[in-house]
Amino acid sequence: MNLAAATNENLAHISNVLIYSSMAVYLLAFFANMAEWIFGSRSKTGRAAAALTQQPQAKAAAPAVQVKKNGGTAVLERPQVVTRAASGSRGDVPDGPGAAAGDEQGDLYGRIAISLTALGFLIEFGGVLTRALSVQRAPWGNMYEFSITFSTVAVGVYLVLLAMKKNVRWLGLPLVITVLLDLGLATTVLYTASDQLVPALHSYWLYIHVSTAIFCGAVFYVGAVGTLLYLFKDSYENKLVKGGKPGRFATSVLERLPASASLDKFSYRVNAAVFPLWTFTIIAGAIWAGDAWGRYWEWDPKETWSFITWVAYACYLHARATAGWKGRKAAYLALIAFGCWLFNYYGVNIFVSGKHSYAGV
Amino acid sequence: MSTTHTDNSEQEAAAQLSTAPEEDRAPNLPQLGVIGWARWFWRQLTSMRVALILLFLLSLGAIPGSLIPQADTNQLKVDDFKKTHDTLGPLYDKLGMFHVYSSVWFSAIYILLFVSLIGCIIPRTWQFVGQLRGRPPRAPKRLDRLPAYATWRTASDAESVHTAALELLKKRRFRAHVTGGSVAAEKGYLREAGNLVFHVALIVMLIGFATGQLFKSDGTKLVLEGDGFANTLSQYDDFSSGSLFDTDTGLAPFSFTLKNFEGTYERTGPNKGTARTYKADVTYSQGADGKAKKATIKVNEPLVVDGTKVFLSGHGYAPVLTVRDGKGDKVFSQPVPMLPLDSNQTSSGAVKVMDGYRDKGGKKDQLGFKAFFVPTFAGAGKGQMFSQFPALDFPVLALSAYHGSLGVDSGLPQNVYQLDTTNLKEFKDSKGGLFKQMLRPGETMKLPNGAGSITFEKDVKEWATFEIAKQPGTDWALAGAIGAIAGLVGSLFIQRRRVWVRATTGPDGITVVETAGLGRSESAKLPEELGVLVEQLHDRAPSAPEDTDSETPEPPTAVPAAEGAEK
Ligand code: HEM
Repeated sequence: MNLAAATNENLAHISNVLIYSSMAVYLLAFFANMAEWIFGSRSKTGRAAAALTQQPQAKAAAPAVQVKKNGGTAVLERPQVVTRAASGSRGDVPDGPGAAAGDEQGDLYGRIAISLTALGFLIEFGGVLTRALSVQRAPWGNMYEFSITFSTVAVGVYLVLLAMKKNVRWLGLPLVITVLLDLGLATTVLYTASDQLVPALHSYWLYIHVSTAIFCGAVFYVGAVGTLLYLFKDSYENKLVKGGKPGRFATSVLERLPASASLDKFSYRVNAAVFPLWTFTIIAGAIWAGDAWGRYWEWDPKETWSFITWVAYACYLHARATAGWKGRKAAYLALIAFGCWLFNYYGVNIFVSGKHSYAGV
Repeated sequence: MSTTHTDNSEQEAAAQLSTAPEEDRAPNLPQLGVIGWARWFWRQLTSMRVALILLFLLSLGAIPGSLIPQADTNQLKVDDFKKTHDTLGPLYDKLGMFHVYSSVWFSAIYILLFVSLIGCIIPRTWQFVGQLRGRPPRAPKRLDRLPAYATWRTASDAESVHTAALELLKKRRFRAHVTGGSVAAEKGYLREAGNLVFHVALIVMLIGFATGQLFKSDGTKLVLEGDGFANTLSQYDDFSSGSLFDTDTGLAPFSFTLKNFEGTYERTGPNKGTARTYKADVTYSQGADGKAKKATIKVNEPLVVDGTKVFLSGHGYAPVLTVRDGKGDKVFSQPVPMLPLDSNQTSSGAVKVMDGYRDKGGKKDQLGFKAFFVPTFAGAGKGQMFSQFPALDFPVLALSAYHGSLGVDSGLPQNVYQLDTTNLKEFKDSKGGLFKQMLRPGETMKLPNGAGSITFEKDVKEWATFEIAKQPGTDWALAGAIGAIAGLVGSLFIQRRRVWVRATTGPDGITVVETAGLGRSESAKLPEELGVLVEQLHDRAPSAPEDTDSETPEPPTAVPAAEGAEK
């Protein structure tokens, strides 16, 4: 018993060291990301400006359908599929070149940043894992543990999107900043020494409910960053269309981001993709509550805010399908929805007391 | 959106790609008539815009309930709030802020929303059935205006291109047919089906929820080890039920006996004292006289009998006490449950000896004791009666003694765990203070002047409180929830799209093949899919050798994007 306790304490200690190390690595990743943006600012590309100030043209920016026949000896010329934006005059604005903007040195730093982020992810993942081993349960018993798991998953989502060759390198800098903030909060304000769970948390629904909740949060976060950048980029493009001249800093940064239409689409996809899972999370929570508290729904503050978040995202999805609400208005709804999620995560645990108060802030 | 460049065939091509209601952005206010107004109102209510607003209001309306104390969950906090807020209290009361989720305005929002939902689903369902019966519309005149487009020239004749296209599309599970000189195909109907299923499932869920609220019953009961409970109204310590609950038939007949309660607690660490195991072994029997079965109830694992759930909700101690009168006769001997005051089971209670007691002179009297119990005493001299740990490590009972009238016959309801001392006289100690004493198990406290004694037997029983709850409609709510998720997945991950292939043979014998795709919403998948189709079709109808570059098909020109593609 004592021996086991000692190993557990050792593991908990290792976990703390790993979390701090990951913070150091993320900090380096932050500097590398900054370097990428700074070096990238040397190149002067004005693609969005060019596209928007010239006469709009239906461009054939098309994926060529080319197929190699029989071992690639004869390359047959195939008909090309021409794509064009389905609606709106700005579907043809090309995506920005990314933070490095073709600058070689910037690109190098960008790659370093990604490698560091991946390294940070591995270390942090190790931290979460050792924490879990030290308490011999899933590491989701209090807010400290939520926070470290949350940022690990958020970085994981980013890396998976990168691995899928999605155009998401622009996420790197905001992501690393938030991860550092999250971990900073976790290790200072929210830290709780490792311990086992109270009996109310002994249920496999805990694993299902909490793991999906954390995952949804991480994905919602990624969507929210996309939405926020969409709003900036959209006003930038609007200004260009109206013949305005945005400031130098704004131009330098926003030119390098994907087009507003791409950002909008990205965040819609991300939000829509996790919405069913979020629905499931709430239902799993209700089932668990039914077993633990006797009623599957009793408007506990945490439940209420999950519901509010859910309805807010449903609002957003409706808005996207409603003519007058597309675009910026829908984006504001998406941000409100994420605000609700954030409040549910931090606000409810800290300011409101309810049955979820096990979280041991 | 301007429609100057769009001809009718294009609008038709995009028509009915979804069943979303039309938005009338400039509502024509009806000139006259109640019916006109009613129709206008109904159209507004079932429009997407109003659905959006109602949804928003619903989430907004849910907020105060999470920040202001609610009477259903915590009446004490509500009373506290009212005491400390002189102006806000009555105002909130009027606005229903202390029971938001059953208030008029909150109900109004969700009832309107669900009326809107039903009003929206019914026409959409008919429309969808119509679409399922119908065929994909024919190709628009200008295919090159659609979001994805490809063209080539081939020596094959138009007929065989159409046949090949039809075959390929059908193999890819498109609904396809030849119409108006082109192949029209559509896929992804499941999206609309999923969307309808989702919205219907929301209604099912609400019905389940409402049934639960109206027919529920919920009560608690404190049971000592060895004692039992039968599920009838008179046995509950407290009880509440939904407004349509029937007390005669609503309670499932069953009974159970608490055999043993077991709690173990963390001994070390920062969470010292928190419960580790917490379980009640019971035997229960279903029906009036069913066979007894064994079961264990834990915090997350209620006992389910006949649709009723029995939850373990609390636990405490009941020291066994014996009271003797002036002549030494036993007048009281039973476990007395103490109610916990903190997480270490510092608890309080009352001992009430109502009949049978006679004082030294043989006169009838009643005895009362205020009791404090700690399972783990801090140690002599450390004075305070605060328990150090929730387990029975060092139990100590502190009693103070009274006699007189317990006030049981006064007709007012009495709390069994509290002593009402208004008509009681204190026993005095030698210094004239209240007579009190701390007892260890086995010790006896002798009342002054031979008035009798009270013994803390070497036995402390445990008790558990159970919550006995029944909420019908849960299955419906769950079925609705599962349906909602399934519908959502279909609705969000399936693309509904149309593909057209048109081949026209010119006088020179060369056939121009045009293909185009249109999705309900923009997607990168559509061009990809079209690309694969083009590739396969191109294999069957390969490009004709280019003789001159004079007759290439008209390249796409600068025209506004296809209208209505997003509708
Ligand atoms: C209880 C309230 C409601 C909730 C939670 C809800 C939720 C949702 C969600 C999450 C979607 C997204 C699915 C998708 O994009 O395909 C959706 C779509 C849709 N909803 Fe609702 N809805 C509600 C009420 C209504 C009402 C009252 C109407 C009728 C006016 C309605 C009409 C629609 C339509 C037409 C779509 C499909 C939009 C499209 O085709 O993209 N919904 N709803």
